[in-house]
Amino acid sequence: MKEFALIFRVSPNLAADVSPAEMQQRMTAWMNWMGGIAARDRLVNGGNRLGVKGSKWVGQDKVVSDGPYTEIKEFINGFIIVKGETVDEAVEMARECPILMGGAGKVEVRPLVTPDNNE
Amino acid sequence: MMDHQNLIPQLYRQEYSKMVSVLCSRFGIDQIDAAEDIVSETFLSAAETWGLKGVPDNPVAWLYKVARNNTLNGLKHDQVFRQHVVGELVHRSPPTVEPGLDLSPQNITDSQLQMLFAVCHPSIPVEAQVSLALRVLCGFSIDEIAQALLTTKANINKRLYRAKERLRSENIPLTMPDNTALNARLDAVLITLYLLFNEGYYSASPDNILRKDFCLEAMRLVYFLTECPDKTRASTARPDVYALLALMCFQASRFNARVSPRGDLVLYEQQDTSLWDMELVNRGNSFFVLACTQSNLSRYHLEAAIAWWHTHQDESTEKWENILRLYNQLLIGQYSPMAALNRAYAFSRVYGKKKAIREAEALDLTGSLFYHSLLGDLYTGLDDGKAGQHLEKALELSGTPAERALLSTRLGALNTIKK
Repeated sequence: MKEFALIFRVSPNLAADVSPAEMQQRMTAWMNWMGGIAARDRLVNGGNRLGVKGSKWVGQDKVVSDGPYTEIKEFINGFIIVKGETVDEAVEMARECPILMGGAGKVEVRPLVTPDNNE
Repeated sequence: MMDHQNLIPQLYRQEYSKMVSVLCSRFGIDQIDAAEDIVSETFLSAAETWGLKGVPDNPVAWLYKVARNNTLNGLKHDQVFRQHVVGELVHRSPPTVEPGLDLSPQNITDSQLQMLFAVCHPSIPVEAQVSLALRVLCGFSIDEIAQALLTTKANINKRLYRAKERLRSENIPLTMPDNTALNARLDAVLITLYLLFNEGYYSASPDNILRKDFCLEAMRLVYFLTECPDKTRASTARPDVYALLALMCFQASRFNARVSPRGDLVLYEQQDTSLWDMELVNRGNSFFVLACTQSNLSRYHLEAAIAWWHTHQDESTEKWENILRLYNQLLIGQYSPMAALNRAYAFSRVYGKKKAIREAEALDLTGSLFYHSLLGDLYTGLDDGKAGQHLEKALELSGTPAERALLSTRLGALNTIKK
């Protein structure tokens, strides 16, 4: 089986103003989604969520600036690693990702580079 | 005073492990067969002597005295024992003194703890560990072990032989692992004790009392780990040890409700909740509090939390939402087919059968009894034809009369609805 990273990208302006109840609902949706992948024994690594507050940007000229949001239209807020026979399987998992609900973000599916897969 | 016919089996269960452990800690674990022989001989003498002369005032002291004498006789008569052990004894102790068996409570406890770690050594196959633990740590007879594990005596003997061979060939010492190794070794001990409990809890053996004894022995050994404080080494009373103990208490609280008086399995939803042992639940609660003194959560914490929600009698949405959340967490940490199936069931309780069928079918566990049994349940009322097919498939896969009886009843009920 091949391994793929599912990378979550969101737009900065969509992250604000979520009620606690909605937050709870989103959490549940995420847990159910990841739990479903894990229940099929397709989760390799639960990955990490990436914070926004307190993050820095280090440029080519070694100039440090704040956050990812001043520079780009969307930023990465987390990733998980899954496995599947083909990229289509990983795409099927990505299609169910709660980040797609309400148009809040996108999922990037990327094969991991391994000794026997470095295309 | 109890008559000797009831007393001896009780003492056997209670003292066998202590005596074997003390003998092994004195003469080395490679002498485990000789140690077991000495202890068995001792109980044989007890059966003969107590039957004729009555039970002595202090039966335990009598047993230890005779075991000590048998050891001495063994040293005198047995050639193999002589070659392996006496040479060393001469060096270790003054020649006129009988073999010093330290029978102080402290040494008995230490020896048992060392034995527990030796039996659960990672180089012994887990299946053999469980059999060896049942034999030398819990004092079950080979007959009883075979009966509860639904296999033959020859099979159990083979497993025991292999385990003991491994103890000898790997030169596993009868000492506590040092502090750097203790955590990893304790992990292995917990896995074995968890399996030991499950063997009792989920065994399809018709002998209910024996199955319960397995569970209680597993609980005793976990409890034993929590109450062996020793300032000279790292503690075995880790939070996850308490979590495992809590898990076992919560599960065992339903022991009497899981099997009907006729010996049939009773599913969770159909259990008579008045048979749930709330005292055991309370004890589990106390252990769980002790388990939650640190922030890191082991899989035993998650499983204990799941089991805790199952001790709640009211079927609130909150209950099943939490159980589903915990199964999600458990699976994200580590995959297991059983957890995946249980998660699908919890999913059905929160989001309904239709959505749960999608989750369950995605598991791709065709050929597993529990997979077909679960789908049989989920399809009932939605598509009784498919429900029937899955239950038929489960019936084909079921191994024991109790399982077959339960599935037949469900199939019968399904056919009645259809008509």
